[in-house]
Amino acid sequence: MEDFKTRFIANFITDDRWKYFTDGISTTFTVSFFAVILGLVLGLVIAIIRSSAEKADHPSWWLKGLNVICKLYLTIIRGTPAMIQLLIMYYAIFGSVAIDKRIVAILTFGINSGAYVAEIFRSGIMSVDQGQFEAGRSLGLNYVQTMWHIIIPQAFKNVLPALGNEFITLLKETSICGYIALTDITHGANTVRSQTYDAFMPLFGAAAIYLVCVSVLSNLVGRLERRLRVSER
Amino acid sequence: MSAKEQTLFEIKDLCKSFGDLQVLKGISTEIKKGEVVAIIGPSGSGKSTFLRSLNLLEVPTQGQIFFEGLDITDPKCNINLYRQKIGMVFQHFNLFPNMTILQNMTLAPIKVLKKDKAEAEKEAIQLLKRVGLEEKANAYPSQLSGGQKQRIAIVRAMCMHPDVMLFDEPTSALDPEMVGEVLNVMADLAKAGMTMVIVTHEMGFAREVATRVVFVDEGQIKEENTPAEFFDHPKNPRLKEFLSKVI
Repeated sequence: MEDFKTRFIANFITDDRWKYFTDGISTTFTVSFFAVILGLVLGLVIAIIRSSAEKADHPSWWLKGLNVICKLYLTIIRGTPAMIQLLIMYYAIFGSVAIDKRIVAILTFGINSGAYVAEIFRSGIMSVDQGQFEAGRSLGLNYVQTMWHIIIPQAFKNVLPALGNEFITLLKETSICGYIALTDITHGANTVRSQTYDAFMPLFGAAAIYLVCVSVLSNLVGRLERRLRVSER
Repeated sequence: MSAKEQTLFEIKDLCKSFGDLQVLKGISTEIKKGEVVAIIGPSGSGKSTFLRSLNLLEVPTQGQIFFEGLDITDPKCNINLYRQKIGMVFQHFNLFPNMTILQNMTLAPIKVLKKDKAEAEKEAIQLLKRVGLEEKANAYPSQLSGGQKQRIAIVRAMCMHPDVMLFDEPTSALDPEMVGEVLNVMADLAKAGMTMVIVTHEMGFAREVATRVVFVDEGQIKEENTPAEFFDHPKNPRLKEFLSKVI
């Protein structure tokens, strides 16, 4: 027990090593939060383009063109590892630009997550009964109004569990930030490990932090789910 | 020309194909203001497709539809504008499950007609009173019976003050005991002078409420007449056969 206490102090207190963790938490949160937002926006736009192109009897040439671009994006992003995407973004695309690494990470994870969110949203949009769409249009609402007020809210409710899952995956995926020397939770823990030569404490500490974050996140998603289900009484 | 005889719909040689299957094979007719037109026919005859063409939920492959003198099949026309004036009631109600009854009814008036919320709600409540459902204003569709849902669907369409109402088998998805309450609302509407086009299997209703009955078979209008003539002295052999089976 005494040994545990010494190790705890060595890993978390001495030389303000806890700062590696708090900095890490701040980075992980910032990157995850903005990446989720970017992913949601990208995903929603792509899902609407994709499902519109699929539903239309005779899609116009520009819709077909956009659909092809979206498909290409999905294939590339889902077909390559997030880590390679991060390295490409940092060393190849922003290689010669002085840019905040957090922005690089946000862009990478946002664009990456957008591909998965797009497919989640698309399945949600396709799951809403076609009659809902027809009812909206026959009341005089235009395509965008029908999508925004009628289809998307129902689709969102249907896909919320899958979406929550994607957020959790994204949060944990940011643990590769260390590869571009960005101090997130994982990188912070690893730095401490290299200073104290103690693997157990910092790594389990990092694991515990992730676990708490994910638990809080899934709890929030669960609450939102219950709130949206009011209309199903 | 008196207002009573004003033509709302003029349909010219309407054709619709789904892939190789031709569902409508040249339908031409007129629907005048104040008319209550019942469309009957065997399943698969194209009667629903015809009705859905009237507000372009199905886009015709050929032919023209004039609504209040304007060709709505012209790709340049803004269909959203005409759909505001054409109410539609569906077989499966299609209420928005994520909204309360009041929200269902006020969505389009607020978003499309840009009415203010209080005004739209006041009007919605009045309509709800007319169909005896004002206590359901804040309920969700899932809390209502089929008959109640369909009555709401009718008043939801009414909130847009349409010039004509289209009904696509409005009672086919209902339990038998609930058919009456919906038909009553529709009969009241007809009495109030609303122009209505109704695809239905309710022959008794067609006979009593309709001003004209149309028999659609194999994608064509085979016979149309006043209800009395239509049901008592059918001329078309297919119609005779059809009536002998359903009545």
